[in-house]
Amino acid sequence: MSGQQQQQQQLPLTAAPQASGIAAPAASAGPAPAPAAALLLHPPPPPPPATAAPPPPPPPPAAGPLPVLGLPAGSSAPAAFPHGDPALNEQEKELKRRLKRLYPAVDEQETPLPRSWSPKDKFSYIGLSQNNLRVHYKGHGKTPKDAASVRATHPIPAACGIYYFEVKIVSKGRDGYMGIGLSAQGVNMNRLPGWDKHSYGYHGDDGHSFCSSGTGQPYGPTFTTGDVIGCCVNLINNTCFYTKNGHSLGIAFTDLPPNLYPTVGLQTPGEVVDANFGQHPFVFDIEDYMREWRTKIQAQIDRFPIGDREGEWQTMIQKMVSSYLVHHGYCATAEAFARSTDQTVLEELASIKNRQRIQKLVLAGRMGEAIETTQQLYPSLLERNPNLLFALKVRQFIEMVNGTDSEVRCLGGHSPKSQDSYPVSPRSFSSPSMSPNHGMNIHSLAVSKGSSTHFSGFENSCSNGVISNKAYQSYCHIKHQSTNLNVPELNNINVSRSQQVNSYTSDVDMETDHYSNGVAETSSNGFLNEVDSSQLRRQLCGGSQAAIERMIHFGRELQAMSEQLRRECGKNTTNKKMLKDAFSLLAYSDPWSSPVGNQLDPIQREPVCSVLNSAILETHNLPKQPPLALAMGQASQCLGLMARSGIGSCAFATVEDYLH
Amino acid sequence: MACVLETPLRMSVLSEVTASSRHYVDRLFDPDPQKVLQGVIDMKNAVIGNNKQKANLIVLGAVPRLLYLLQQETSSTELRTECAVVLGSLAMGTENNVKSLLDCHIIPALLQGLLSPELKFIEACLRCLRTIFTSPVTPEELLYTDATVIPHLMALLSRSRYTQEYICQIFSHCCKLRHWHSCGFKSSPQPLLCANGPDHQTILFNHGAVQNIAHLLSSTSYKVRMQALKCFSVLAFENPQVSMTLVNVLVDGELLPQIFVKMLQRDKPIEMQLTSAKCLTYMCRAGAIQTDDNCIVLKTLPSLVRMCSKERLLEERVEGAETLAYLIETDVELQRIASITDHLIAMLSDYFKYPSSVSAITDIKRLDHDLKHAHELRQAAFKLYASLGANDEDIRKKIIETENMMDRIVNGLSESSIKVRLSAVRCLHSLSRSVQQLRTSFQDHAVWKPLMKVLQNAPDEVLVVASSTLCNLLLEFSPSKEPILESGAIELLCSLTQSENLALRVNGIWALMTLCILANIADGTTAKELIMTNDDILQKIKYYMSHSNAKLQLAAMFCISNLIWNEEEGSQERQDKLRDIGIVDILHKLSQSSDPNLCDKAKTALQQYLA
Repeated sequence: MSGQQQQQQQLPLTAAPQASGIAAPAASAGPAPAPAAALLLHPPPPPPPATAAPPPPPPPPAAGPLPVLGLPAGSSAPAAFPHGDPALNEQEKELKRRLKRLYPAVDEQETPLPRSWSPKDKFSYIGLSQNNLRVHYKGHGKTPKDAASVRATHPIPAACGIYYFEVKIVSKGRDGYMGIGLSAQGVNMNRLPGWDKHSYGYHGDDGHSFCSSGTGQPYGPTFTTGDVIGCCVNLINNTCFYTKNGHSLGIAFTDLPPNLYPTVGLQTPGEVVDANFGQHPFVFDIEDYMREWRTKIQAQIDRFPIGDREGEWQTMIQKMVSSYLVHHGYCATAEAFARSTDQTVLEELASIKNRQRIQKLVLAGRMGEAIETTQQLYPSLLERNPNLLFALKVRQFIEMVNGTDSEVRCLGGHSPKSQDSYPVSPRSFSSPSMSPNHGMNIHSLAVSKGSSTHFSGFENSCSNGVISNKAYQSYCHIKHQSTNLNVPELNNINVSRSQQVNSYTSDVDMETDHYSNGVAETSSNGFLNEVDSSQLRRQLCGGSQAAIERMIHFGRELQAMSEQLRRECGKNTTNKKMLKDAFSLLAYSDPWSSPVGNQLDPIQREPVCSVLNSAILETHNLPKQPPLALAMGQASQCLGLMARSGIGSCAFATVEDYLH
Repeated sequence: MACVLETPLRMSVLSEVTASSRHYVDRLFDPDPQKVLQGVIDMKNAVIGNNKQKANLIVLGAVPRLLYLLQQETSSTELRTECAVVLGSLAMGTENNVKSLLDCHIIPALLQGLLSPELKFIEACLRCLRTIFTSPVTPEELLYTDATVIPHLMALLSRSRYTQEYICQIFSHCCKLRHWHSCGFKSSPQPLLCANGPDHQTILFNHGAVQNIAHLLSSTSYKVRMQALKCFSVLAFENPQVSMTLVNVLVDGELLPQIFVKMLQRDKPIEMQLTSAKCLTYMCRAGAIQTDDNCIVLKTLPSLVRMCSKERLLEERVEGAETLAYLIETDVELQRIASITDHLIAMLSDYFKYPSSVSAITDIKRLDHDLKHAHELRQAAFKLYASLGANDEDIRKKIIETENMMDRIVNGLSESSIKVRLSAVRCLHSLSRSVQQLRTSFQDHAVWKPLMKVLQNAPDEVLVVASSTLCNLLLEFSPSKEPILESGAIELLCSLTQSENLALRVNGIWALMTLCILANIADGTTAKELIMTNDDILQKIKYYMSHSNAKLQLAAMFCISNLIWNEEEGSQERQDKLRDIGIVDILHKLSQSSDPNLCDKAKTALQQYLA
């Protein structure tokens, strides 16, 4: 038995089929990938050509447990199970909404929540029905040796912070020897919860609590038919208390181990209990209890001792703010701030201004000038970073297609605009909106987020919150991008961009939604004029034949450079893909509305700009990321690490709470 | 300057008066108003947080001068405001400071100031009034002597968040029941007596307090919300009229009970949770909310139980336990729920562990704090035990099984604090309703001994409960009865029958009546002899048979029945003697009574004569 359990535990794939099984047994019978893929496309998009059918992502979980993630409660989620009993679907939806509300910090991709009893992890005397929520006893029930238990499908994730489930006693059967509690993976199921090591239970016949022992301690009242017994696990202080008909009975267990499963045990014929893992409102007001702990944790953070020396903390904060301002080139503000806080700016003013100049050029799409200026001001920088130079040049190529790069502008008869005439200077939009995204792992999010502009335009459903996992999102993006080159044009850039704004506005659960809003809105505003005018042209390289020739020529140079790079530095898939994507633009008569058209979006200049800025700063021995962004990234990572290490207080602290 | 001479500080402080203090006072008399203003401002800065300086200035006569400047029409608003601020600061000091200010008739002066059109000045006056009225030395009546004050305060409620905060605070401190028990616990079931016109609650209610204050519960200022809430808890206590009004009041589309429930949420400050729980408790006890309403069963009760937990401050635990005791006092279902909630009964036993041995050693300040609260904690725990065990035998058993429970009660009965003694008796009384306990724990711990002691020279309040308990202890099946009789219980009970207190007389008669039966089993006819030979008692019994209180009549009736019961030794003599004093005539009258109980008893008694 334990072997089987072990297997179940280790296979991440089991999560989704099991979860589907609860609500739609029909769906779970088929292979998981197909419905998963179908669901991704719901509501139905224009039928994709056969060649472009997106391969089912290896972890299908997005279809199963997660569809509503990323949506505020109450908004219309795509129906996860379009077929079957509508009442059941309704219940499933309610369950999802409630679990999301109760345990927002839980990443169900990593640690799925218990949703039903496990048909695989039970003793044979246990029968399950009603979507594996009802448990009945079917043994002889003669002696304690006939006791039988069942565990839930998954252990309680630490990121719940506070976890709660209720069990209604439908019938006490012959003797009412019922135990409700928790047990670890592998604990003998031929027993009532509480009798063995790593097993904990509250028994109905005597009201005693059993803490890994065959003898109970007086704990609470007895319980019988009609009673609703709740079990609450506090993963912050590792205690557990029970409730009876909505009344808290007080602490039953302390020093609980991690990864316990909700468990019930029965012992005599006729005993029947129903579980509520969130399918229905709870009798006990668990949210009120959670509020108390949220407040406690937040008070703990607020009161965290911050250095004993006077002013040290403040100085550190000021340094972080100052370095942030310098990093992003807010010269005047940085100067004023440094003056009023008696600090020295680590970088010379001229240097800040230089960086700012380059950033402006990149963000305006004038890559050729940007590269030239960089080479002038920081002569050896790009020589030492051939990959960076390559990335800049690929971007230049894209801007040529776009008609914005200075080289093609000249040829197209458009004189390059003077710097001042750009609608938005980098100060006003790039730094506050994009830079925090570049702290550590969040960097990749910024990229994938941008990419999803294209994705959502094509898929028409991606933004509906089906996908919330960042890794998965970028994964999908890559997949689609590489396989969908032949897809007919569906949307123009404007539509997809506005969708993006909408989707992220409503996407309350995206870790960095705060910023993605900022990015989407400010940049679309910032570039509105320019993009509009380019759309009026909407011609390759601004419509000039000379420019097109120049672009083609440049493309060849780029190809050569790529080959040279490969010879010198070995294969580089990133570079290869980057080039391929850029060249793909030429395959369409209207690259802007093509499936790869999002590369032309001005937003895509930001990551390039950031990488270049960081590289320059590194040559000055300055951090390539501002400490403020690093600290934020670290805090986010820390919360994830806490969840994985079983520290429940991560449930009640998010970085966003502290960004106003 | 008259008030200065009366101040108790005079002699001790005069010698220490410094030249600088005198200088501050002298500047108040400067002919240049600007210099006077600067003088008052400097004085304000000098007295903040400095009790010695405050005392000095009072002794030197600053108060009458400040009051004069405050009342002068010719003074600038700024000067008048600063004067009120300084006076408020002086009031923040010791109780003696407040007494000195009261002696200088500061209250009428400040109330007069409220008529000014200047908001800043009004706020300063209110702030000072608030400080004075929240002091325990200030008689609340002073707020009600001028009938125009309350309506004016109601009108000022709309002026600013400060007027709202201060006025609500004044109201909640100046709204006392005649039979106010600071703890909010109804210790005796006596009706509210209003000797001098309507009580404070009614006055405030009649002036629209509910409507004027209700919307302040949604104020953006926490202090205003909190003070408004406190106001309601004081207004609703034991007041069905206010409570019935409150349940139907809407604030921003929400009913008041719903708003109180929101304030009970566990992330709200403890003070707010506790006060809103009090509001709901009082409304429930006043009959405005059903005891089985979810807002009581699932919200108020659990929240009060949490207030009893170790995590709360000692003061909060005292208030929590007392309020909970009051909430569940008369409802067995609530008693049952409370008894299983969060191990309440075990939690309460922690109330007896102060001052703890740890606090004595580690920290003098803590020891002092614990000592101060130790009595309060014990009496609160006894009260809650009394309520918990009032009706349910299983709960009583659980309470008595708590560690050292009987010893704690016995110790409580002989504590110096009357509050503790009273609540220990109440607890004992509640538990004495259990036959099982009377035969076991009560006997083992000889609880009757300290109880008899309590009965000597105790105030009526204690006597009522103690004698009721004694009644229970004297029940037929209680093994305690013999030693109790030997220790002079009968004399004591006889004296009770002569008490002016109705409840005491009832208890005395009941006890004596029970004794008549007991006496036979115990030592023959002692008790009966005692009653029969005491004409005084016999006259009392006769008098009570015709009393307007049916309970008293019934008790006397029982007593008579026992005395004339045929099968017992000496019954003939007793019958004769009782006939002689006219008992039979009364029995005949009573046999025509409309009360079926009395009528039956009288007929049965008459049959004894016929047999």
